[in-house]
Amino acid sequence: MTAFIALVRKDLILFLADRRALLMSLVLPIVIGTFFGYLFGGFGAARTSRIDVALVQLDSSEISSKITACLNADPALRVSEMALGQATQEVRKGKQKAAIVIPSGFGTAAGAALFGPGKKPEIGLLYDPSQQAVLAMVKGTLAQHVMQVVSTEMFGGKTGKQFTDNSLAGLGLLGASDPDSVALRQLLASVQKFQARPQAADRPGKKPLGGLSMPFSTRDEPISSGTGRAGYNSYAHSFAGMGVQFILLLGVDIGIGVLLARRSGIWNRLLAAPVSLNTLLLARAASASLIALGLMCAIFLFAALVFGVRIANPLGFAGVALCFSLLTASFGLLIAAFGKTPEAARGIAVFAALILVMLGGAWVPSFLFPPWVQSLTVAVPTRWAIDGFDAVTWRGLGMDAALISMGVQLAFAVLFGVLALWKFGRDQQ
Amino acid sequence: MPVAKALPPAYTLRAGLANLAAMATILLKVSQLTKSYGARRAVDAVSFLVQAGQTVGLIGPNGAGKSSTVSMICGLLRPDAGSVELDGVVVTRGRSDAKRKIGFVPQDLALYDDLSARENLKLFAALYGIRGAELTRRCDQVLELVNLADRAGDKPATFSGGMKRRLNIAAALMHDPQLLILDEPTVGVDPQSRNAIFDTLEQLKQMGRSLIYTSHYMEEVERLADHIVIIDHGKVLADESPAALYRRLPAQAALRVELGQAAPAALTDGIRALPGVNSLRSEAATLEIQLASGDDALPVMLYLERQGCRPLHFATVQTKLEDIFLNLTGRSLRD
Repeated sequence: MTAFIALVRKDLILFLADRRALLMSLVLPIVIGTFFGYLFGGFGAARTSRIDVALVQLDSSEISSKITACLNADPALRVSEMALGQATQEVRKGKQKAAIVIPSGFGTAAGAALFGPGKKPEIGLLYDPSQQAVLAMVKGTLAQHVMQVVSTEMFGGKTGKQFTDNSLAGLGLLGASDPDSVALRQLLASVQKFQARPQAADRPGKKPLGGLSMPFSTRDEPISSGTGRAGYNSYAHSFAGMGVQFILLLGVDIGIGVLLARRSGIWNRLLAAPVSLNTLLLARAASASLIALGLMCAIFLFAALVFGVRIANPLGFAGVALCFSLLTASFGLLIAAFGKTPEAARGIAVFAALILVMLGGAWVPSFLFPPWVQSLTVAVPTRWAIDGFDAVTWRGLGMDAALISMGVQLAFAVLFGVLALWKFGRDQQ
Repeated sequence: MPVAKALPPAYTLRAGLANLAAMATILLKVSQLTKSYGARRAVDAVSFLVQAGQTVGLIGPNGAGKSSTVSMICGLLRPDAGSVELDGVVVTRGRSDAKRKIGFVPQDLALYDDLSARENLKLFAALYGIRGAELTRRCDQVLELVNLADRAGDKPATFSGGMKRRLNIAAALMHDPQLLILDEPTVGVDPQSRNAIFDTLEQLKQMGRSLIYTSHYMEEVERLADHIVIIDHGKVLADESPAALYRRLPAQAALRVELGQAAPAALTDGIRALPGVNSLRSEAATLEIQLASGDDALPVMLYLERQGCRPLHFATVQTKLEDIFLNLTGRSLRD
C-alpha cells in the first residue's frame, strides 16, 4: 500500500509542478466555457438576441405603413429600412440575416387577394443561406403581422371600405345571378355593414377591433432547476462541455506520459521494485482520477461563484464527476496500452478525444443535433458525461438521471481499463 | 570521498570482515537463461555466478544480449527458459521478494526532473516499503555516499550529467540491496564525472556490496571487476577472472607498422616466420603484428630494414583486455 500511495503522491506532485498542464486543464476550460456560455445565452433571464432584418419598403399604402410599424415593434426583430441594392449587399455579407421586400401596390393587391380571386402579391424574402432557421422565423413573424394588418384594414379601414364598395358596385353592374356571385354579394354586404359600425375613435374607452389574429396565446414556462440564475444557465452546459473536453485531453497527456516513461526506462526502473504491473497501472489511474475530479470540481466552483451555476443535485454531481474522472483515467491507460510511440499516439488520441467531445455535445448541445446523430451519440461516453452534468445542474433532475449517466460512464471506464490491462499484460510477456 | 564520511566507522570494518567471510558464498545464480524475440535468440543459455562481495563485469558489444540478461535478472523480463536465483530465492516478475535484494541502475536516467533529489530518493525507497525515520536516515546516508548531500533539495534538471548519474545510482541504493546491477551507467558522461562514479562504485565494493556492471568499455570493467563475463550474440564466450583472461591472450604486445603501400605477400610471410611473432594482420598499408613479448619487436624492425622496407611510422602497443574480445570474436567491442 505504501508503494501505491507513493506512486499516486508522485503523480500529483508532478502534475501540480507542471504549470503548462495546469493552464491547459484549468484555465482554458474556464475561459472557453465562459465564451460559449455567453454565446448560448448566459443566464435564464437573458433574452434571446434579436434577428437583424432589412426592410425594403417599395409601397406607400397605409397597409404597408402599418406592416412596417408592426415589424419595427416586434421584439424578435431588429429592422433596418434600406434600399433594395443595399439590402441585397448586406444579406450577402451576412450583416443582415434576411431582407423583406414589400413591392409597390402591395396594400391594394393584398386586400383584393383576401376576398377575391385576384393574383396574390409577393413579398420578397432575401436570406442568408447559412441562416435557414432564421428564414422560417422571419416568415412566421411576417405572416402574422401581414395577416393582422390586412384583415384589420379590410374590416375597418378606409382601404377596406373602398374595396367593399367597389366590389359591390362591380357585382351590381354585372347583375350576375349565379349562386357564387349571390353569396359573395351577401358576404360583402355584411362586411359593409360591419365597416359602417362606429369606430374606436368614435367610442371613447373602447379598444379598436383588431381584425384576424392568432386564435391563441402561449404561456411560456421554463422547466429547469429553478428560475432566473438558478434555472437554465448556459454556463452550466458550457462549463460541463469544456471541462469534459480539457480533462479528456488531460487523459491523453496521461497516456502519452506513460508511453514516454516506458521509452525512457523509468517505467522499467519502477517495475524493478517489488511492485506489480497492475499496482503501477492502478496507481496511475488513481492519480489521474484524482486530478480529473479536482479539476472538474474547480471548474464548476468557478462557474458557481462567478456565473451563478447551481448544482441542483450535489450528490449526483459528485457521482457523475467521479465516474467521468474514472473514464478519463481509463481512456489515458487505453492510449498508453495501444499507442506505439508517444508521437504517433498523441495525434490519433487528440483526434479521438476531439471527436468524442464533439459528438458528446461539448461544443454544441446534443439536443441541437439532427435526430440520427442524437441516436448515434448514445454510444459515445462523453455524451453521457455531459448529459449527466446537465441533469444535475440546470435541469435539476434527481438521482435516477445521475445514476444512468454514472452507470454508462462506469461501464465504459471498466471496458477501457480491462482492455488496457490486457494489452499491457500481453506486451509484458 | 572517504567511506567514513558516509557511514559509521564500525560499519566499514564490519562490512570488510563480512566481505571476507562471504566471498565464497554464491549470491546470484544465473542458469541457462534463454530469451527469444520472434525468430531471433537474444539470450542463449547464459549461465554465470556472482559471489557475495564480488564485482562481475558483463561485457559485450551493443546488441550482444546484456540488457536482456540484466532485465531477466531484475525480474523485468520473463525468460523463455532458465532461472535466476538470488540468495536461494527465484526472481520472478511482480512483487517478488527477491527484488528487494536487488538495486537496479538502468542505462537511461530514471529520475523525475520535477522532484528534488531527496523526493526522488524517497519515492524509490517507498516502493520498497521504507518509511519514517528509516527513510530519512537512508536518504541522508545515500546522498552523502554519492556526494550530493548539499544538493538534496535541488531538482535533477539543474544537475550536470555526472550528478544525475550519481543520483540514479543513489536511488538504487536506498533499500540497501545485496546486489547492485548497473547497466552501462557511464553512457554520455564526461571523464571527470566518470571518475566520480567509479569512486562511488569502489566505495560500494569496499563495503562488501556485490555488483554486476555491464559495459562495452573494457577499461571500465578492468578497473572494477573481480570477474568478467564476455557475452556476444546472446552466448557466454568467457567467464573468468581478468588474470585468467590475460593468460588466454596469444600475445602480450603488438607492433603496428604503417607502410607507404600495401605489403607484398612475401614480406608478410617472412615476418610471420620470425621467432616471437604470434600472428600478423595486414590491412591496406598497415601491419599489426602480435608478439610474444615487447622484446620481439626489434628483430621484426631489423627484418623490415633488410628487406628495404622503410616504415612511415611504427609503434609498440601493450595488449589490453579488449584484445581478448577481438581474439574471441574476431571483431571489436565497438563494432
